[in-house]
Amino acid sequence: MATLEEEAEVQSRRNAWLLSAPALVVLFAAAAGPLIIVLIYSFLTPATYGNVEWIFSLEGWKGIVFQHDIFSDNLVLADANLVIFWRSVKLSFITTVLTFLVGFPTAWFIATRSPRARALWLFLITIPFWTNLLIRTFAINQIIRNEGVLNTLLLKVGVISEPIRLTYTDTALLIGMVYVYLPLMVLPLFATIDRFDMRLLEAGYDLYANRWQILRRIILPITRPGIIAGSILVFVPCLGAYVTPRILGGGKNMMIGNFIDLQFGQGQNWPLGSALSITLLIIVTIALLAYVRTIGGENRHG
Amino acid sequence: MKRTLTVVAMLMAGTAAHADGELHLYNWGNYTSPDLVKKFEEKYKVKVTITDFDSNNTALAKVEAGGSGFDLVVPSAGFVKIYADKGLIQELDLSKLPNHKNIDPAWMNVEWDPGRKWSVPWQWGSTGISVNTKDYGGDINTSAIFMDPPKELVGKINVVPEMGDVLALATMYEGGKICDDDPAVMKKVRDALIAAKPKWMAMDYSTVEKMTKHDYSATVDWNGSTLRQRLAVPEIHYGYPKEGYPLWMDNVVLLKDAPNAENAYLFMDYIMEPENAAMLSAFARYANGIAGSEPFMPDDMKGAPELYPPAEFKDKGHFLTVCTGKALEYQTAIWTELQK
Repeated sequence: MATLEEEAEVQSRRNAWLLSAPALVVLFAAAAGPLIIVLIYSFLTPATYGNVEWIFSLEGWKGIVFQHDIFSDNLVLADANLVIFWRSVKLSFITTVLTFLVGFPTAWFIATRSPRARALWLFLITIPFWTNLLIRTFAINQIIRNEGVLNTLLLKVGVISEPIRLTYTDTALLIGMVYVYLPLMVLPLFATIDRFDMRLLEAGYDLYANRWQILRRIILPITRPGIIAGSILVFVPCLGAYVTPRILGGGKNMMIGNFIDLQFGQGQNWPLGSALSITLLIIVTIALLAYVRTIGGENRHG
Repeated sequence: MKRTLTVVAMLMAGTAAHADGELHLYNWGNYTSPDLVKKFEEKYKVKVTITDFDSNNTALAKVEAGGSGFDLVVPSAGFVKIYADKGLIQELDLSKLPNHKNIDPAWMNVEWDPGRKWSVPWQWGSTGISVNTKDYGGDINTSAIFMDPPKELVGKINVVPEMGDVLALATMYEGGKICDDDPAVMKKVRDALIAAKPKWMAMDYSTVEKMTKHDYSATVDWNGSTLRQRLAVPEIHYGYPKEGYPLWMDNVVLLKDAPNAENAYLFMDYIMEPENAAMLSAFARYANGIAGSEPFMPDDMKGAPELYPPAEFKDKGHFLTVCTGKALEYQTAIWTELQK
């Protein structure tokens, strides 16, 4: 006879499944399902004017690196694709570094305030999240336009004699992305610095370390998990950024996200778009795996 | 509990009643007269929702992906055929369109839809160049403005992201014809466009706003769009490229899976009423294809240089067709390369 205990355990296991069923269904329907479709589409042939024909083909995947020269029919390196990939990785990396350079002192400042002031500062950091990303990006465009707030001000003050052209440049993109992703860097950094034992600094000074050594040998190693978490949180969404480059890049300076979008619209090459999406996913997975490795290693060494 | 049920029932009733009077129009951005829409909504108690697109290809891709929920789409001439061939639109029931007789005879037996069985006219115009003459005083009646920009305009030019128009202008600039399939010509077109692109500022659709705010000094543009810009900023002028420029017409088509087909018929018939057709023109500033709408047109459109090309450029306009075969392959390949 099953004891009550066993019965209760079976019951609780069943409940656990039942409780997680909605989540599992959503995960499959909203994540795995569409991904499988994307994967299948990447192996099909593009039809004229969009959509696909159900003929197996590796052209989509080849198209990431190679392209047919339409006039000589030779296979040539698709340098334009690689340029876009390189630009995305480069801009994401620079954004990560910039958000770190701005975010670390900010997080340090907040973490060293009194608890009440700290709450206020954190609250201020989250204020931008109250407004839609699209609207904030348009607002940035409004500031950096040729006849926007920034240029008008600089012209009036006499710092410059003709407007600095920022609209639709990589600089505009960087300004936009640093602004948008800064909170994602500050918050994890704050969480780590908040737990940082300030007595370690005193100990360091007592042992005649200078400021640079304190930063390099004590602060940075201890706050490393926060730095890595913040960097991942900034780097990964940057890679797939769509809205910011779309609005601040002017349809000319694309990043991977826009390039994928292009394939499904005017590019009329859905298989290539699908293959590009999966490539982006793989890049992101590698970045995340690297993160898990580092953090795992951290814990082992205690 | 009972109260909750009542609320739910009311909500459901509310949505059901709402669904009766809906119409989803998928049209080019900044193209649909809000006054006309309001007038239509009030007359028929139908809620009209407008979604924007910025190029024919984008619109086609979205509709083809399925489940769009749109009733009416406004593609350019040649695209009507593509929609029909792909089975995306339905043949019109002309008995539900008494105003069909108002279509200008010139726009009745059109190449893409003889007898107007699949589409009704929206507006038509030309594609040329809009230039702010404060920034550039030279000849603006040439595609060189964007193909080989004068130094005053380098880095200040926009090119609309519409494959058909841009490639037609570029091909004619390089001595070819619309839908050229001569590899020698198309190679020249590609090389010239790739060389010109670094001198452009953007490839963006919203020209009215950006030209009037002086973000751009020049742009490839549609005539009505330039007319709107000139009315706001008198220094903006429309150039008819002497190397050749495309003429086009946008048309309303009814999607096969339109959820509100009856309302769609009402709307199509409504815009073929001369007075209403003139309202569309008064907003977007293009000519329409409805006979008898002229008396209702606003005064500032009568004789506007954007709508009536000067004699010397009149025969330089060529109707834009959608290319097929090798010509289309060249265009798509060049366009993809250019957009990167």
